Amino acid sequence: MGALLARDLRLALRRRSEALTPVLFLVIVATLFPLGLGPDLERLAAIAPGVIWVAALLAALLSLNQLFHADLRDGTLEQLVISRWPLPALAVVKVLAHWLVSGLPLAIVAPLLALAYNLPGDAVAAMLLSLLLGTPILSFIGAIGVALSVGLRRGGMFLALLVLPLYVPVLIFATAAVAASAAGLPAASHLYLLGALLALSLSAAPFAIAAALRISLA
Amino acid sequence: MGGYGFFVWTSYGVFFAVLLFSVLAPVIRRRSLARELREQWAVDARRREAR
Amino acid sequence: MNKLILWFHKTGSPEYFYRLAGRLIPWFAAAFGVLLVWGIYQGLWVAPPDYQQGDSYRIIFIHVPAAWMSLFIYVAMCVAGFIGLVWRIKVMEVIAMASAPIGAAFTLITLITGALWGKPMWGAYWVWDARLTSELILWFIYLGIIGLYRAIEDRRAAARAASLLALVGLVNIPIIHFSVEWWTTLHQGSTVKMFGESAIDTRMLVPLLVMAVATKFYYAMNVLQRARVLLLEQEGTKTWARKVLEVQEVTS
Repeated sequence: MGALLARDLRLALRRRSEALTPVLFLVIVATLFPLGLGPDLERLAAIAPGVIWVAALLAALLSLNQLFHADLRDGTLEQLVISRWPLPALAVVKVLAHWLVSGLPLAIVAPLLALAYNLPGDAVAAMLLSLLLGTPILSFIGAIGVALSVGLRRGGMFLALLVLPLYVPVLIFATAAVAASAAGLPAASHLYLLGALLALSLSAAPFAIAAALRISLA
Repeated sequence: MGGYGFFVWTSYGVFFAVLLFSVLAPVIRRRSLARELREQWAVDARRREAR
Repeated sequence: MNKLILWFHKTGSPEYFYRLAGRLIPWFAAAFGVLLVWGIYQGLWVAPPDYQQGDSYRIIFIHVPAAWMSLFIYVAMCVAGFIGLVWRIKVMEVIAMASAPIGAAFTLITLITGALWGKPMWGAYWVWDARLTSELILWFIYLGIIGLYRAIEDRRAAARAASLLALVGLVNIPIIHFSVEWWTTLHQGSTVKMFGESAIDTRMLVPLLVMAVATKFYYAMNVLQRARVLLLEQEGTKTWARKVLEVQEVTS
């Protein structure tokens, strides 16, 4: 399984431009909002938690295309499903690899954008933490959606429909954490809730992903 | 309806319209399905005769 | 007891289920019709105007039962979907898939009537309150399930995938509801009450409960209708399906 992780990371490194698309998307969208709304720093600071997190969430959604599709095309996915390794464990590895390549960069870049949006230092830290906790959740939940729809010809927007309702709690708690921090209030309780969601995703999602893959490839 | 007529009647109207639509949908689908299948059987029967 | 188990097994057979459902539908339709007329009569004529809201509150006799149905059908869909997923019973798969559009329909009714009630009550058609926002997300979840079912070619795999999605949604719906409710208290402060301080008048409670039961019969009728058609679609080549459709041709 360590080999699977290494392989996925190596493949992602080869397709570097594809891997960078989500981060680019985040930066572009975050740049568009001030252009659309005006550079008033106070207003930017007020909208920053929501805007940056929504942009990160949509970027994460975009990145899901890289998750199982290439493996389906070259036959690796079938190999994984029929291999003797437990499929949920393999799912964890694949999602982890995906997160390292797409989620983690988002978590690193977004706080920099938060600085550009004039958020105070505490809130930037909260932004970083909320993304470190939140983006893995987005990867796991998103992976369920991808696994269910991996064979389909329908566009990425269909995956968005499947997955966005499930993303809502993550968005709510994460932005609450950042907004609380910006207002000088403790963000800990919101981050704990995010942590709980992460624990739930980590324990339940792999089984759902495995079941979905079996259905899709049957 | 105390001035709220538009809101109340539209609500009840939407209720009936949606439920009526949901009842009719399977009926319409069944008719078109029957047509499709009968055409398919006719085609199959002709093919078998042709041999 | 043996007879009951035997009957359960029989209902798993598409042909038997088709015929059984066909016999039940008129009864459910009649029950729905009677209760609907009674409920609406009670709601629009017998129940008195509300102390605060006047006559606009009468929308609740549609809105609240529809909201209850949107959740009830979702759970029913998940139960049938779970059984279909675990035991691979075609009839259960079909009942689950037949339920989804009906649930979406009731959710849509809830949303529209909620907006129409909101305008006289709060002054705006959409105020992003917790319940309506949760219902909106529930609607998207229903659409996703229906869309996924339609997108996959193999009907049985499609039913299994959509059922799995529904079950994933089931776990999430309480979380979504909790987070959205919590989000409204963050941003709006006070929660909106449906009726204010007074306890609900019995004359208002009766039509509400009657409509709640009426909509259940509607669901029973409609889900069996849709399930029969879905079964015909999948079993179209079988002899019993041919007989059914050919009889229809003779009589129509």
